[in-house]
Amino acid sequence: MGDDLYSFSLTTFSPSGKLVQIEYALARVNAGSTSLAVKAKNGVVLATEKKLPPLMDEASISKVSMITENIGMVYSGMGPDSRVLVRKGRKKAQAYFRTYKEHISTAALVKELASIMQEFTQSGGVRPFGVSLLIAGFDDSGPHLYQVDPSGSYWAWKASAIGKNMVNAKTFLEKRYNDDLELEDAIHTAILTLKEGFEGEMNENNIELAIVDDKRKVRVLTPAQVKDYIGEIQ
Amino acid sequence: MSILEYNGGAVVAMVGKDCVGIASDLRFGIQAQTISGTQPKIYKIHDKCLIGLAGLATDNQTVFEKIRFRTNIYRLKEEREIRPKTLSNVLSMMLYEKRFGPYFVEPVIMGLDGPDEKPFISAMDLIGAPLLAEDFVLAGSSASEALYGVCESLYRPNLEADELFEVLGQCILSAVDRDAISGWGGVVHIMTKEGITSRYLKGRQD
Repeated sequence: MGDDLYSFSLTTFSPSGKLVQIEYALARVNAGSTSLAVKAKNGVVLATEKKLPPLMDEASISKVSMITENIGMVYSGMGPDSRVLVRKGRKKAQAYFRTYKEHISTAALVKELASIMQEFTQSGGVRPFGVSLLIAGFDDSGPHLYQVDPSGSYWAWKASAIGKNMVNAKTFLEKRYNDDLELEDAIHTAILTLKEGFEGEMNENNIELAIVDDKRKVRVLTPAQVKDYIGEIQ
Repeated sequence: MSILEYNGGAVVAMVGKDCVGIASDLRFGIQAQTISGTQPKIYKIHDKCLIGLAGLATDNQTVFEKIRFRTNIYRLKEEREIRPKTLSNVLSMMLYEKRFGPYFVEPVIMGLDGPDEKPFISAMDLIGAPLLAEDFVLAGSSASEALYGVCESLYRPNLEADELFEVLGQCILSAVDRDAISGWGGVVHIMTKEGITSRYLKGRQD
């Protein structure tokens, strides 16, 4: 009998036509640390702040996750929620491969994840995911970058930012972006953008960088590699 | 009497030089009685993929309708046509799902696969065990022995489209003449990068 109390959907429309739970989920995302991504001609770069308390073992924590060999993602918002989506995304990708013996395209995987996130805005007894995702992949139709929000909306971007500093970061990216960027330029642009809104000193231990290049493999850069790139922009 | 021999029928597919062909007989019968001599067993999935289904006629129709459903949804979702190789895998999964109560069909898939339009043929048994061959594949319980013999003899690699038509035509006609429940003419489809050419063959109407 107590179960009946939670069998309705928590996302019900307000008189102004909003779904307030989704608004609140977005607020949670905007309180999370900044993540951004830039698409180049020959790949995509994902970058995120990784500010951890001094005693936390930063080597064990990774905000960037691999969904398939050639599709990676980063989040802003609640880490545990993002882990659930990573697992579901990986399973969907493998199920696709089992049926078609073809690797899932970035667009198809994004649609699946967005569909899952939307389900959680229209089902009983659940709440929306408290994350926005930036999904980067390289497949037969080239490099791709997508953003997925708690509502389940998704967009393809040339460059985008989510989280705390997204407004300034996006303005910065708009000025700096051009369609002829190579991956190396994109990495520099990403680091510079992250630096703009960074509180305190940015170094190889408090940011995380990952790339998907035309070899179609997601690679999280090692702290040493990140240090080199940071050095290059100074 | 085996269920796969209830309606009879024969399908064969062959690879040529930058082309593929598929042929089937035209008989639709119920055991000894012939109902129609104008029933081909080959269906078009899209311009670069054809599928032939031998076996129980009712299951052929159902399996084709299921495939058409899957490929139409695929086309809408992926915004492109399904590759013949992918379709082969999908069909294999579909048939294995019914492992302990199978569809009595023996599919043959042919097409030009991928952006390079490479000739592709495959066949499978009624529970989805795939067979990927480089030369020819065939299906049809009662006509298969004769078909294997004549295909093995007449096939050469790198046949041009016209030669492929001749070889396929001769194979299907001579093989079904050895089988009481297949025949009543034949149809041959030859697929090249330019398109599909279909020709109906007049055979012994017995």
